[in-house]
Amino acid sequence: MDLYGQSVSSRLLIGTALYPSPAVMEGALKASGSGIVTVSLRREAAGGRAGDSFWRIIQSLGAKVLPNTAGCRTVKEAVTTAELARELFGTPWIKLEVIGDDETLQPDVVALVEAAATLIRHGFEVFPYTTEDVTVATRLVEAGCRVVMPWASPIGSGQGIVNRNALRTLRARLPDVTLIVDAGLGAPSHAAEAMELGYDGVLLNTAIAKANDPVGMARAFALAVEAGRAGYEAGLMPPRDFASPSTPVVGTPFWHAAG
Amino acid sequence: MVLIVNGERQEVEATDVATLLRDLGFDGSFYAVAVNQEVVRRARWGEIRLAEGDSVEILTPRQGG
Repeated sequence: MDLYGQSVSSRLLIGTALYPSPAVMEGALKASGSGIVTVSLRREAAGGRAGDSFWRIIQSLGAKVLPNTAGCRTVKEAVTTAELARELFGTPWIKLEVIGDDETLQPDVVALVEAAATLIRHGFEVFPYTTEDVTVATRLVEAGCRVVMPWASPIGSGQGIVNRNALRTLRARLPDVTLIVDAGLGAPSHAAEAMELGYDGVLLNTAIAKANDPVGMARAFALAVEAGRAGYEAGLMPPRDFASPSTPVVGTPFWHAAG
Repeated sequence: MVLIVNGERQEVEATDVATLLRDLGFDGSFYAVAVNQEVVRRARWGEIRLAEGDSVEILTPRQGG
């Protein structure tokens, strides 16, 4: 898929949070085959080395890094965090999150569009985390976003795709934009469903990190993404209301023999 | 003077970012710094003058989703 002119082979983007240990994280990231990992910026304690050790692991993986603005609530916070991320990680990519509601972590889409426009003017390549609303997504594209990332359901909820029709509409209305389902995927089948809908990729974290076996689950998601994409490319049959026999009717034994 | 460093009031001698980081024991390799919500690029850590009450954020890479 195309991410701001860069061709990426894996359609799976993986978060780096919530793993039981750095070693498990490393194993899961490798098993996922993902070439892109999300990271954040946080305050460091004086004398602390948590940032240094984490960053060395990420660098050793050779993956592209997509920094986020997680936790930001205003345009100003998000823009400043993005500027800090560019300084720290040396990439113009930013996963833009502007949170509007604490309980659902629903994006503040009004602030999101404004922050995206500002960041694009500042030379960023913005990956906005948004809802499935087609008008908001269109505004983001008009602001200059070439990637849009609608949620499947609230972050960390694992509910999967709760508004399938809206995601299908979004895909149909924005055929030329790279669309990535971000957040809410709980099972490999959810990821496959997103890919079958024609999405270019999926981004997830909790479903892998919180599995009993994160490394095994990372592989399961990689297979699901590949299967879903292959299914989409092969062209799914349209559903219908009634049965249609798959076995030929002509030549059925005992046909009309009774009576 | 008193600065707000990562949200906490701190009495410091340093008057620039580079010295502040050294004095406070930030001796790792990967930091990004904002003063009063404006990014201070690494190349300018020695130039920017800090003033009484300035708010300094010192950030590092962390796990994220």
